[in-house]
Amino acid sequence: MFFWIVQRDLLLAVRRRSDVLTTLFFFIIVVSLFPLSVGPEMNMLRTMAPGVVWVAALLASMLSLGRLFASDYLDGTLEQMLLSPQSLPILVLGKALAHWMVSGVPLVMMAPVLGIQYDLPLDALFVLTFSLLLGTPVLSLIGAIGAGLTLGLRGSGVLVSLLVLPLYIPVLIFGAGAVEANMAGIAFDAHLSLLGAFLLVSIVFAPWAAAASLRVSME
Amino acid sequence: MAINWYKYASPASFYTLAGKMVPFFAIIAIGLLIAGLYIGFFVAPSDFQQGEAYRIIFIHVPAAWMSMFLYVVMAFWAGIGLAFNTRLSSMMATAIAPTGALFTFLALWTGSLWGKPMWGTWWVWDARLTSELILLFLYIGFMSLQAAIDDPRRADKAGAIIALVGVINIPIIYFSVQWWNTLHQGASVSVTQAPTMAATMLTGMMVMVFASWMYSIAVILKRVRVIILERESHTTWVAELREKGAL
Repeated sequence: MFFWIVQRDLLLAVRRRSDVLTTLFFFIIVVSLFPLSVGPEMNMLRTMAPGVVWVAALLASMLSLGRLFASDYLDGTLEQMLLSPQSLPILVLGKALAHWMVSGVPLVMMAPVLGIQYDLPLDALFVLTFSLLLGTPVLSLIGAIGAGLTLGLRGSGVLVSLLVLPLYIPVLIFGAGAVEANMAGIAFDAHLSLLGAFLLVSIVFAPWAAAASLRVSME
Repeated sequence: MAINWYKYASPASFYTLAGKMVPFFAIIAIGLLIAGLYIGFFVAPSDFQQGEAYRIIFIHVPAAWMSMFLYVVMAFWAGIGLAFNTRLSSMMATAIAPTGALFTFLALWTGSLWGKPMWGTWWVWDARLTSELILLFLYIGFMSLQAAIDDPRRADKAGAIIALVGVINIPIIYFSVQWWNTLHQGASVSVTQAPTMAATMLTGMMVMVFASWMYSIAVILKRVRVIILERESHTTWVAELREKGAL
């Protein structure tokens, strides 16, 4: 069931490639806007880079949350999924995993290129990519709660950002913090360990909360 | 004599009970507020380090405490409402949110008024200030989610989920922000006051804390009465109240 959901959502995403590309290009554009607004001074850009890339990843991941449940909700598939005897949290976990593979993984792969634009040193690029790799699944998992709660509401796009962005803050702090620590020459493994801990905790609890929120929204 | 608590889980009987309690708590709140402000402004001596500016604590500290405490109370009632499907508990949670957000805003506002003469700046990215700001975001998220949902029962349950997720996240957010702050070696200021405080200052502050408690209870009960009437307007007991001219 879990793999079936992942496979199905990935197939749907492949059939509608533009959605994936829109999120990716949003990410690229936001990151590229910062040098234009604060100036091309390389030293400043280098210190800003981890924060800028992470904030842009947060926003991009959040913008694509609308697609997580909305189309299944509109065509009635979601209702069938809720009625099925399968465990709903597992199903939500599958959908969140597919969402991450569609919207998170492209960002992770793009991040080193954007880091080069900001003149990040090589090992900082590795840390940046790795921190995004650990952090972006957490964003998809927490986002699933918000997406479930705002399902079918008017203005749900803005609302989901109000609900979800404050909850993203710890991920942002430790994700960007890992890169900054690496650039400052201090140990960054504690940050990555904490990001990993967030990931494990959210794998256990977020599908459960998101399933509860779907049940509330579909009553 | 044992009191049947379950009786007051019914909005109709709680409406009457709350009606009796509101004036009681409101009068205590006003009394304590006058006493607390009097102690704060006329009895308490000025601080030898901070001069008169320290007097902000008579508002600031109660507001900051209430803002955090009310979020927990709100999540508690929302959770009870979600678990036992009691309508009144969810109405309590909805009634608490605006008061909690108000106190959060007050704490931020008075804090920045104090920060200007003390630190020379309206705002620093101190761990406490930042987490208080995030708390305000959480309150606003809760309220706007409930406002966006038309069906009150769905709004109750959705609000409960986000309140519970928030309450689990508050410690995580708090410690992340604290660590982030120490990592950045932020502005070299400390919110912690001199450890010893004159007895009258402490008295004034505690009186104001109790005044805020009583104010919160009075206002929340008043608001929950309004919410009960709004949601139960189709029922016979509200119609009877209307006939008796009690509304």
